[in-house]
Amino acid sequence: MFLINCPYCGERDQSEFVSGGEAHIARPKQPTELNDDQWAEYLFMRKNIKGVQFERWNHAHGCRKWFNVARDTSNDKIEKIYKMGEQPPKL
Amino acid sequence: MSKNLRINNKQFVDETRKLSFVFNGKKLYGYKGDTLASALLSNDIHLVGRSFKYHRPRGIMTSGSEEPNAILQIGNDDALTEPNVRATEIELYDGLICNSQNCWPSVNFDIGGINNFLSPLLPAGFYYKTFMWPASFWEKYEYFIRKSAGLGKSPTKQDPDMYDHRYMHCDILIVGGGVSGLVAAKIASDDNKKVLLLEDKELLGGSLIYDDNDISKIDNQKSNEWLKKLIDNIKNDKNIIIKTRTSLAAYHNYNFLLARQNLTDHLSVNDRNNKIRQRLYKIRAKKVIISTGAIERPQVFHNNDRPGIMLASAVKKYIDYYGVRCGLENVIFTNNDSAYETALSLHKSGTKLNAIIDIRDNSSSEIVNKVKSLGIQIYWNHTVINTKGYKRINKITIMKLNDKGNDVVGKKIELNCDCLAISGGWTPMVHLFTQSGGKLRFDNKDNIFVPDKTNLDQLSIGSAKGDFELDDVLKNSIKDTKKFLNIENSNFDKIDVKCSKEKEKKNIWLLPSDRPLSKTKPFLDYQNDSTAKDIKLALREGFKSIEHVKRYTTTGMGTDQGKLANMHALGIVADTTNTNMGDLGTTTFRPPYTPLTFGTIVGRNVGQFFDIFRKTPMHEWHVENNAKFENVGQWKRAWYYPKDGETMHDAVQRESKAARESSGILDASTLGKIDIQGTDANEFLNRVYTNAWSKLQIGKCRYGLMLNEDGMVYDDGVTTRLGENHYLMTTTTGGAANVMSKLEDYLQTEWPELDVFLTSVTDHYATASVCGPNAKKIINKIFKDLDLSDESFPHMSFKEVKLGDINCRVMRISFTGELSYEINVEASYGKYIWEKCIEAGKEFNITPYGTETMHLLRAEKGFIIVGQDTDGTMTPVDLQMDWIISKKKYDFIGKRSLYRSDTIREDRKQLVGLLTDDPNEILEEGAQIVKDENKKPVDMLGHVTSSYFSPTLKKSIALAVLKEGKQLKGQKLLVPMIDKTIKVTVSDTIFLDKENERING
Repeated sequence: MFLINCPYCGERDQSEFVSGGEAHIARPKQPTELNDDQWAEYLFMRKNIKGVQFERWNHAHGCRKWFNVARDTSNDKIEKIYKMGEQPPKL
Repeated sequence: MSKNLRINNKQFVDETRKLSFVFNGKKLYGYKGDTLASALLSNDIHLVGRSFKYHRPRGIMTSGSEEPNAILQIGNDDALTEPNVRATEIELYDGLICNSQNCWPSVNFDIGGINNFLSPLLPAGFYYKTFMWPASFWEKYEYFIRKSAGLGKSPTKQDPDMYDHRYMHCDILIVGGGVSGLVAAKIASDDNKKVLLLEDKELLGGSLIYDDNDISKIDNQKSNEWLKKLIDNIKNDKNIIIKTRTSLAAYHNYNFLLARQNLTDHLSVNDRNNKIRQRLYKIRAKKVIISTGAIERPQVFHNNDRPGIMLASAVKKYIDYYGVRCGLENVIFTNNDSAYETALSLHKSGTKLNAIIDIRDNSSSEIVNKVKSLGIQIYWNHTVINTKGYKRINKITIMKLNDKGNDVVGKKIELNCDCLAISGGWTPMVHLFTQSGGKLRFDNKDNIFVPDKTNLDQLSIGSAKGDFELDDVLKNSIKDTKKFLNIENSNFDKIDVKCSKEKEKKNIWLLPSDRPLSKTKPFLDYQNDSTAKDIKLALREGFKSIEHVKRYTTTGMGTDQGKLANMHALGIVADTTNTNMGDLGTTTFRPPYTPLTFGTIVGRNVGQFFDIFRKTPMHEWHVENNAKFENVGQWKRAWYYPKDGETMHDAVQRESKAARESSGILDASTLGKIDIQGTDANEFLNRVYTNAWSKLQIGKCRYGLMLNEDGMVYDDGVTTRLGENHYLMTTTTGGAANVMSKLEDYLQTEWPELDVFLTSVTDHYATASVCGPNAKKIINKIFKDLDLSDESFPHMSFKEVKLGDINCRVMRISFTGELSYEINVEASYGKYIWEKCIEAGKEFNITPYGTETMHLLRAEKGFIIVGQDTDGTMTPVDLQMDWIISKKKYDFIGKRSLYRSDTIREDRKQLVGLLTDDPNEILEEGAQIVKDENKKPVDMLGHVTSSYFSPTLKKSIALAVLKEGKQLKGQKLLVPMIDKTIKVTVSDTIFLDKENERING
């Protein structure tokens, strides 16, 4: 159970949040232009790395805002929290 | 109580308060302050249980949570009885009833004891090897294995006790109230930190508090007296919250910890009424100090498990703390100096100590010299090779070790002994440290794993860190705590500690015997009966990883989780495979540290508080009118309304007939409702639904289908345009929260440029849905001024009307195929409007119907229910709902996936209707559909998703998903059931009113 510092509400218990998987996968603007492989890349392919991973989190039982989290999957250490639309930090 | 076993005048036991208890049907006595174990020992009872596999007699071995043998069934009440309780941990109370486990008919005469003689036939992995073949026999084996497995009996009735949860926050959490934890607490408090101090026993002070020798001195005082003053000081310290009888169960990441406090288990049963039994603390600590101490190890030799063989530290505690002698003919068997403290305690209490056997060549420490000076016989470089006495040890045989320590030489010596105190050194309790993700380091000097690296703000001190001697414990605890807390000076900086120092060390994981290993029983895990032989067998059979060896031999898998067994198991594996123990690593320590009751884990979340349940504003009316309810998500929905003892089938037939022939009314308040506003609301709907929304006029309603990005149907519902930039979306009851989350996600992350605002209003409105040929007349009676003509108020349209002061949103929409109106009002008027409808509908026999009838009515019309007829693998094309996919829209969620190579396959499962050849035969939902029963293996073509008997059509109807279903219309197929095979024909999905004429009444 980790603590997450919601950029809108401050530090809260993990139980208030839900994880939304890998971050920075933008929905293609013109899906119909993509072939099956390209669409599948967007739809299905996700990284599963040991180390710092960029993830989407939602403060579901709070402000309901989505934001990004850079989390080390090997020890759950949160390296950085930043808002939607911001570029991933260089770590 | 046997007089010569109880030593009087011990400060921790109150001899003025005599308590009675019952063990295996016999009434016995102990004192307030006793544990059940010390009370049993004072009655000369060692034999308390039988081992798991061989049913060997086993006695009390320890004085703490590591106890493997003395686990008892407490209580004889069906609801309150508790299995697997360690006698060493339960405080004696008046009227305690306990029984031995895993023995029949009694602990003294146990039929299962025959397994001991069959043991050559029961090696490690016996069950895995034997009960594999033939595979089809497993069900028969399982019955017998389950009967012989397990130790105690679970309570059979609901737990009547109350349990509690509480959150706590602190600057410094200190786990363990021994001397190192107490010193750390004082240092932290002096620095003005908020300290939470947990101690699993009822008193603070750890093992030092009852240590009564003249060698250990702190600041020139006897160490226990110095400690008592510190404890008094800490008890009055406002910065320190002390929780005793509180054991730490789990140490999670981010310094989140769970601890369990026992509040009533030490009280007599009558004093427990209306009190909370246990409390679970959920602790967030800025910093954590682990001072959990160490556990003494046994020694591993032939027949080392007899009742009367105990840890040396336990023998000492029973004398010094409880005033109980564990035997009258004591022998100590050790490999280190700490057991000599036991020797001093035995001597001081006037208890006979026949000899000390030490595997070392000599020891020249202060404490050993003192024991030598008392004239006690010490056998240096000797080992115990065998013990005798079936239900209680009575003799031991010892021999001299050879130079290498791997064999015995010389003459056998036999010694009388009714209590053998053994010590194999000490193991730091690093469980919590590793639970928290910390990595261990192996220390070759003491053969221990000690805390090394951690990511968390935590510190291990005292013997939990590997410091065993008092000067190291105190000086290092003070130094490390100061550094951890960034403190320059403390009041302990000039502390002066004197204690005996151990100089000679020797360790042999598996002691040699005069007979071959195969003829011996050197136990490692007492509870699970695994021996050194089993470990070696596992290695011979190719198990290399310590985790595999553990599972194969079950070493360390009992309720004590290998607290005693693990180090020897690792040592023997390392010795046998010539591996360094540090390279071997340890098995994983998992929470909870000691077993928790389920009651503690769930706390108050039992019964009606197990989960929240949601009730509609009309709920009370449904209750008053005899509704049966079903759970839909968290909602309680009226399922059907049986009249005069009707069965569910009869009620549903009556309700659906009434809805088709005259009028019915459904509470539809549970449907998810999302209020959508903003200048881009229309564009937003276009993007989230498959169909087009641009042309929907104000005051009109439209059915929409929502997909996942993978093209699979996600939700459906009717959305009404209330105003220029204002819509009301409805969702399925169960999907409401997920749909809301999904839409918010898209708005915030993919389309932040859209001017759209979403508000969940599910709970804000109540909905009464009136349907049937007489619906219009009923609505007309309620809203007299409302023009209900088809021209003014056609199907799929909406009007806002007032009933007195109540704003009503009336939608003419239908899920039954009948003429139907849904009246939405603010939730507080829900019951009022419902009763108004019932009253107005009385002359038309308006019939309340529940979800079951609703399902039947919509199935007759072939309307799907998302989640029943779909399962996350169905596209709209699979559902034969191609008509709802807009061809013109450039994009919507899931559009691209509708022509992936997989979604355009012709042979996907598709939604079809099924009619049984026998119209009275009702299919079972979930039943498989096949074409040819004889071809093996049988091809499963699909399954039934919805099935009902239609009273209007007077036949059974069903919906099903079927491979290539679209092409199979008219095809005869089979639905095999356990006792018969049902013949069916594939049909259209619409069974009633294909022309859609009923919608206009």
